[in-house]
Amino acid sequence: MPASAIALNRFGLGARPADPIPSDPKAWLLSQLSSFQPRPPVIAAVPSRADVIGQLADLREQQRMDRAERPKLQQASLVTGMPQPAAEMATSREPKQAVVVDPEKKALQKAIRADYVTMTGARLSSALTTDAPFVERLVHFWANHFAVSVDKQPVVGLAGLLEFEAIRPHVLGRFSDMLLAVEQHPAMLLYLDQAQSIGPNSLVGQRAASRGGKRGLNENLGREIMELHTLGVRTGYTQADVTEFARALTGWTVSGLARGPAARLLGDGEPGEFHFAEALHEPGTRIIMGKRYPQDGEAQGRAILMDLAANPATAKHIAFQLARHFAGDTPPQPLVDRLSQTYLSSGGDLPSLYRTLINSPEAWAAQPVKFKTPWEWSVSALRAVNVDQLDPQKAVGLLNQMGQPVWKPESPAGYDDIAASWAAPEALMQRVEAAKRISDRAGSSIDPRAIAEKILPGSLSDSTRTTIARAESPAEGLALLLVSPEFLRR
Amino acid sequence: MLTRRYFLALGGASAASLTFPRMAFARARTDRRFVFIIQRGAADGLHIAAPTGDPAYAGIRGDFAQDFAAGTRLDSLFTLHPALAETAKLFEQRQALFAHAVASPYRDRSHFDGQNVLETGGSAAYQLRDGWMNRLVGLLPQSEGKALALSSTVPMALRGSNEVSSYAPTQLANPSDDLLTRVSGLYQADQQLHGMWDAALQTRQMAGDVAGQAGQNGAAVGALAAKMLSGVNGARIAMIETNGWDTHSGQRGRLAAQLKGLDQAVAAMKTGLGPDWDNTLVLVATEFGRTVRPNGTQGTDHGEASLAMLLGGAVAGGKVIADWPGLGPNALYEGRDLKPTTGLDSLVAAAVVQHFGLEPSLVMKTLFPESSGPALTQTLIV
Repeated sequence: MPASAIALNRFGLGARPADPIPSDPKAWLLSQLSSFQPRPPVIAAVPSRADVIGQLADLREQQRMDRAERPKLQQASLVTGMPQPAAEMATSREPKQAVVVDPEKKALQKAIRADYVTMTGARLSSALTTDAPFVERLVHFWANHFAVSVDKQPVVGLAGLLEFEAIRPHVLGRFSDMLLAVEQHPAMLLYLDQAQSIGPNSLVGQRAASRGGKRGLNENLGREIMELHTLGVRTGYTQADVTEFARALTGWTVSGLARGPAARLLGDGEPGEFHFAEALHEPGTRIIMGKRYPQDGEAQGRAILMDLAANPATAKHIAFQLARHFAGDTPPQPLVDRLSQTYLSSGGDLPSLYRTLINSPEAWAAQPVKFKTPWEWSVSALRAVNVDQLDPQKAVGLLNQMGQPVWKPESPAGYDDIAASWAAPEALMQRVEAAKRISDRAGSSIDPRAIAEKILPGSLSDSTRTTIARAESPAEGLALLLVSPEFLRR
Repeated sequence: MLTRRYFLALGGASAASLTFPRMAFARARTDRRFVFIIQRGAADGLHIAAPTGDPAYAGIRGDFAQDFAAGTRLDSLFTLHPALAETAKLFEQRQALFAHAVASPYRDRSHFDGQNVLETGGSAAYQLRDGWMNRLVGLLPQSEGKALALSSTVPMALRGSNEVSSYAPTQLANPSDDLLTRVSGLYQADQQLHGMWDAALQTRQMAGDVAGQAGQNGAAVGALAAKMLSGVNGARIAMIETNGWDTHSGQRGRLAAQLKGLDQAVAAMKTGLGPDWDNTLVLVATEFGRTVRPNGTQGTDHGEASLAMLLGGAVAGGKVIADWPGLGPNALYEGRDLKPTTGLDSLVAAAVVQHFGLEPSLVMKTLFPESSGPALTQTLIV
């Protein structure tokens, strides 16, 4: 692959046939750092945070009323007056005859699901039309780094907003700013149970204890911030550090989530805004990795987060992941070291990292270094046939079918970024089937030979070029292009 | 081509099979129906209606000639492939007409370019931006300008300014065996993909046994087309896409299956259309023909002239139209292909003129503005 093809496909999201082939690939990538649009119209148009949180609060109120009719669960609910996802999950596992079919509840769930579909469509649309595909790819990279999953009901309508509100505005900023925005976003606070975590010695914790309640600290967010978002697994922090961090984070919750008496506790800010609830916060100084954090309130968790962001282990972790995304599943160590150095010397300035990456020869290896994920393949295939929008429901369907539903990884570690997870017989057949549908849609009016030279300039093997040219119809030739070895990789 | 896959797809089921023919319809206010069955991939006209009476035929075609021992004699020169049994009956009833050694103005051998010329009606690929069938809709009396494509996309021949809506079965196309075979070729030299793909193909074979359905898919397509075309509100113009004619290897078996599917489609269309069949003209044509001599893999390679068929109750059939160039050593185009002697443009134009009662020069100017061939004077339509 010549540098132009690498820039378009490895750094970018795949070429559109109408786009000019970049004559100065590095300059083209660098220019995107200033042309990127954090909030294109299609993303600005999705339902707002207040809308989604309002729907979620209504749904929870319905569920709370349901539970009020169930003596077994009633007590737990009254202790804090807060909705409890754990209890929700328990109810959903109960035998079907016990579930009251409530049309209002169903309508709310449907509305929230519609939010997800709209946001998935917006994400895809932005990826198909952007003029800064390199930065757009980085948005996807960071969204997967800070993964939430719509597997968890409260996240369904919020996952897209995490990407649109916490990732996109900071993709060209500092890592620490993105980190804070993510950890204070309702999607993350709900996904990793932070909104339910209660300091045992907080006002609410004490009150609950006096009534024999058993709710308290939840370490989920604290642990994943250390393991996945910042330091990386096995980098020296201990269980005690995790617990201390979790204590520091108590009180980090979301406004507008509750109706009724619990509402005041969760703050009277705009629905969906981050809220620090003093009544949930574990008082006292925290000690993490030997350092004392005497701060009061929200400032304590913030101070720890900022230190985690500045930790050399975080630099290595981020450097490794970035290098792996652009220079192969087992990235060259010199590149990892260089990125790590840039991270530390720039104070986690992300554009500095991107510039280091662009200027590193390891990222420009002529042979393809990555097998595209289903998302990457789908986006690049649609771009290749000049599709600039897909019906959002179809977008959801396509990604489901390809095995990588948007914002739905199985764990907070996000989707794997290595070929071993995606290159498999059935997955390959799915790509051939999808390629067939995409190329049928493109129809007989296009010439796959011409498109091939534009989207994979100078990259096609003779054998692929011949196979495409000998196809029995333009649509078949296009399908072959989309599943060619050159197109499956980047 | 016309396979069970399509039938399954319409039934909402999903299973492995061969290829997926697609249809497109246009509606115009007239009792006459016009259907274009495109054979994508270059159908070998010499193996559909074989010039068994040509002295050079048996020698140059070798084993291929054996298939025609059981065929239907059309006249002193031509024999119809035995897989086209229902078509042979139409010929007997004077509802089938064959035109041989026909070709579009396109003289190279690329499928894409050839199909583009065949569908746009231009004289060179990508010269015209819309299809001749779409322009035909605009010529028809009191045309409502409505067209319907029963496929995931409107084929090039039906694209253009006259409105075409599409009607796609919910279950979209699955990859054809032909596509799967080509993908195998694509991965041959790729260590990682080669093994993965073999495993994928094995799983697929185990998953769905849909073999032995010869012709049934064709029948399903024909029946569906008839349903969309019949009655007062039925579409008046339709296009059916068939794939799988690119027989570079194993031609005798593959073409027999292809032709059986085509035969069943036409028969089912006739049955389904009932009295409307008398007002129907079905054109079967391909982008170009294939080499006269078989190649080293019991197949044929891309060539020039081929065969076109006019079928239907409206056709003045029972004859073969051919300015036969012969298969002798000096008769072949570039020493390898059947020489084109009749313009496909002229044939289509004459058929459309007679079928719809249109002004010949207007049809030619509109449908095939670049064409320079002589007009066809034979009676093609009753």
